[in-house]
Amino acid sequence: MTESPLLSVTDLVLGVKRSKGSTVIVDGVSFDVATGNRFGIVGESGSGKSMSLRAIANLLPAGVNVMSGSIKYNGEELVGMNRVKRRRLMGPEIAMIFQEPMTALNPVMRVGDQIAEGPRRYLGLSRKAAMELAVSMMARTGIPDPAKRALAYPHQLSGGLRQRIMIAMAISCRPKLILCDEPTTALDVTVQHQVLRLLEELCDDFGASLVFVTHDLAVVNQTCRDLAVMYAGRMVETGAVKDVFRDPRHPYTKGLLDSAPDFDQPGRALVPIPGFPPNLAHRENACSFAPRCPFVQERCLEGAPVLERVEDGRESACFFSDEIFKKVRV
Amino acid sequence: MSTPTAILAGFQAKRRATRSRTLKPWYKNGSLVAGMIIVGALVLMAILAPIIAPYDPIQQNLTNTLQAPSTSHLLGTDKYGRDVLSRLIWGARVNLRIGFLAVLIPFVFGSILGGLAGYFGGWLDAIVMRVVDVFFAFPFYVMVIVLVFILGSGEASIYLAIAAVSWVSYAKIVRGEVIVAKKQDYVVGARLGGMSHGRVLVRHIGPNVLSQAIIYGMSDIVMDIMAVVTLGYLGLGIAPPTAEWGSMILDGQEFITTLWQQATIPGLIVVVTSLGVSFLGDGLSDLLSPDRRK
Amino acid sequence: MLHRLSFIPGRLLQAIPVVFGVTLLVFFMAHLLPGDPALAILGDKATEDRIVALRTQLGLDKPLLVQYGLFLSNIARGNLGDSLTYQVPVSSLVLEAVPVTLSLVFFALILGLLIGIPLSGIAAVKPNRPADLGVRAYTLVGQGMPQFWVGIMLILFFSLKLRLFPVGGYGQTAADHLYYLFLPALTLAIALSPTLIRSLRSSTINVLGSEYVATARSKGSGGVALFRQHVLRNAIIPTVSIMGVNLGYLVGGSIVIEKVFALPGLGSLMLNAIFSRDFPTIQGVTLFVALFVVVVGILTDVVYTLLDPRVNFSSKERE
Repeated sequence: MTESPLLSVTDLVLGVKRSKGSTVIVDGVSFDVATGNRFGIVGESGSGKSMSLRAIANLLPAGVNVMSGSIKYNGEELVGMNRVKRRRLMGPEIAMIFQEPMTALNPVMRVGDQIAEGPRRYLGLSRKAAMELAVSMMARTGIPDPAKRALAYPHQLSGGLRQRIMIAMAISCRPKLILCDEPTTALDVTVQHQVLRLLEELCDDFGASLVFVTHDLAVVNQTCRDLAVMYAGRMVETGAVKDVFRDPRHPYTKGLLDSAPDFDQPGRALVPIPGFPPNLAHRENACSFAPRCPFVQERCLEGAPVLERVEDGRESACFFSDEIFKKVRV
Repeated sequence: MSTPTAILAGFQAKRRATRSRTLKPWYKNGSLVAGMIIVGALVLMAILAPIIAPYDPIQQNLTNTLQAPSTSHLLGTDKYGRDVLSRLIWGARVNLRIGFLAVLIPFVFGSILGGLAGYFGGWLDAIVMRVVDVFFAFPFYVMVIVLVFILGSGEASIYLAIAAVSWVSYAKIVRGEVIVAKKQDYVVGARLGGMSHGRVLVRHIGPNVLSQAIIYGMSDIVMDIMAVVTLGYLGLGIAPPTAEWGSMILDGQEFITTLWQQATIPGLIVVVTSLGVSFLGDGLSDLLSPDRRK
Repeated sequence: MLHRLSFIPGRLLQAIPVVFGVTLLVFFMAHLLPGDPALAILGDKATEDRIVALRTQLGLDKPLLVQYGLFLSNIARGNLGDSLTYQVPVSSLVLEAVPVTLSLVFFALILGLLIGIPLSGIAAVKPNRPADLGVRAYTLVGQGMPQFWVGIMLILFFSLKLRLFPVGGYGQTAADHLYYLFLPALTLAIALSPTLIRSLRSSTINVLGSEYVATARSKGSGGVALFRQHVLRNAIIPTVSIMGVNLGYLVGGSIVIEKVFALPGLGSLMLNAIFSRDFPTIQGVTLFVALFVVVVGILTDVVYTLLDPRVNFSSKERE
């Protein structure tokens, strides 16, 4: 056996308290991220991918709670950990990069101060030294004229620069795990590409692991080694990115692949997935993808499939994962 | 043909329908019911004052002054030997009457002016808003006190003074609402359909913007009750010997070391009155614009 | 940084019509008095000679436009006329009273923030929980209490029962002043706090739900540091404009409070002038207070701009 993974999420269940009972919004999510690995979680909005990520960072919005399961970081249990102790992990151990760099930066604070905040707290730097570190981090992320830009407020910078600020902020304390919540969604395609490259580069340089949440398969394909596909709060397929892309074993993954543009096959028609994701408040004992599934069978409505091993290192939550596999082959 | 706007409109209509279906009936609206009970009880007390007050509120009895509370005078007597409880009950008449009636003139005047300014814009708006700015420069009590001085004491001057100060708030609120409302599709449509300005204002804009003015009006009633009581306390309000809560507090303050109830209790009843009106206002705003509530 | 304040000249220009309107209103106050102003002012003390003398003193014998012109040029020279009661320039009476009222108002503002910030923070952290409901109940009750009555109750409790503070007066030294002003300022602060708490509570709830607070938490910020560095700075911005409006309200409230606590400020000056029908003094105080409110309005915009780097009044058209 190799050493224990850096991050290990097991059977995580998140719920929203309602007046009558709770609604489960993330149901039994499990995955491991080894040191140095880059792990992608793919899904539509509302699939629970961002919530799972926020649960790791202890940033769940008010009303959403961890109902059961475990999140281990470096072998240490985070669920139920003392608040102050857990807070101290954020920055030097775990960092997070958010989707919308406009709203994710404090609008009334100079960006340099925002980057310097973490280092001042954890590295015990003076205001001046922390500022110097912030400027060097900004330079690292490719921001031109960083000393001057450090004095700017977020609204004075472009989206791409703001996201670089976010990244500089995240890496400023040299974390071992970086959580990314759709970090490139709000950016132009060209800028997206640059930012992704930068992230990869920095992760390699600092030896940081990455958990990358996105709805964009192309981004995962470019950045991650392993991935999990989430649908309606559950994981429906996991595996190595190259395997899943070549040979999806869940109809939803296949749908996602068919509905996304593929630069290698520009002539291929895009096939959207019909229908909408289910309402999580009324979960039935059936496959939650069944109403939208082109391969739906009687059995899919009689019970919910669980994630099962289909191949070495690959899992799928579909009763007919083998059949679909064959159909795709044809 | 269904354009995105049409789809969106249908969706919103459906959302509105669901909302009105889930809207609770008025009697389940806690604030509204609490407000109605409190205000109702006070109004009843004011109406029935001649029956329920144990004594004549202005009848002096100089042989029986400054009594502590006892079974014959539940709240004691003041420096002229008048029964404090009876004055408290009768005071409800003056204080409630002025508090509630004083909002009417500024409500009507301010809403009309603000509505016209917002609807027609241009120079009319510019002038009205500058006048509003000028009036806003005078703090409420400064203006009310000076105006009551100028107009002479008495109930009529209080109404006028309050009206002169508070119309600006209504004008500002209604103007803002009208500016938003006149850009709405149904208003633009009505104008394009050949409806006159007057009809558009009265039929389409009025009902939609007035609810905000009414909600503000409820909090304004609280302000006016405060103003009446404060004027009474400053000796500028209703002339003695009429029973009025503010002047009762003033009378009570003199003997606060020995008879603390006499300044405390009239104040408490003002607090209860304001609470009642505030509840009523909260409840009303729930009813009138449920979508604006957080 | 400084170029963002370049809106100030324009803002001052904007205030000119308002100031003009204020002087016009104050000027016409005299003419709103029913009948002959001189007679109205003198009331039962009126004799033929006194009326004529007063008419000359107030300039009532000249045409209206000339009167207003004189009024304006007098104001411009800081001349508010002479007090009928004290026979001294009103301006000197006002200048004597202003420090008292201003200290009272700013003391109240500080106390109001000291009450409002923690309470709204406690309420906003867990909305609709017991602490929040308690704070909201406080704002509801606070709004319904007549200011002067709160003052009397504070006297009853702190001065008469606990004997901690004087029942009224202003004292001699600066330390005295602070001590004497505490209860009146607390009274005003209590009157101010419901508005303050409501505004701060809702903006704090908004800020707490914002992404940048999540970012700050992801940097390991939390507790008081998070509140101070990230939440308060943002939450207080919308409150600043409300405070600007309420400073005028505080000045108005101080009139009443000064009577309760026998403070020699603008309020007492005004009330005494009203009871002695000292019209020039009433006019002078009213004018001063209104101009003060206009100035506070401009200062509010300046503070707002300094607090929020996104605001740029110079380029933004104002409603």
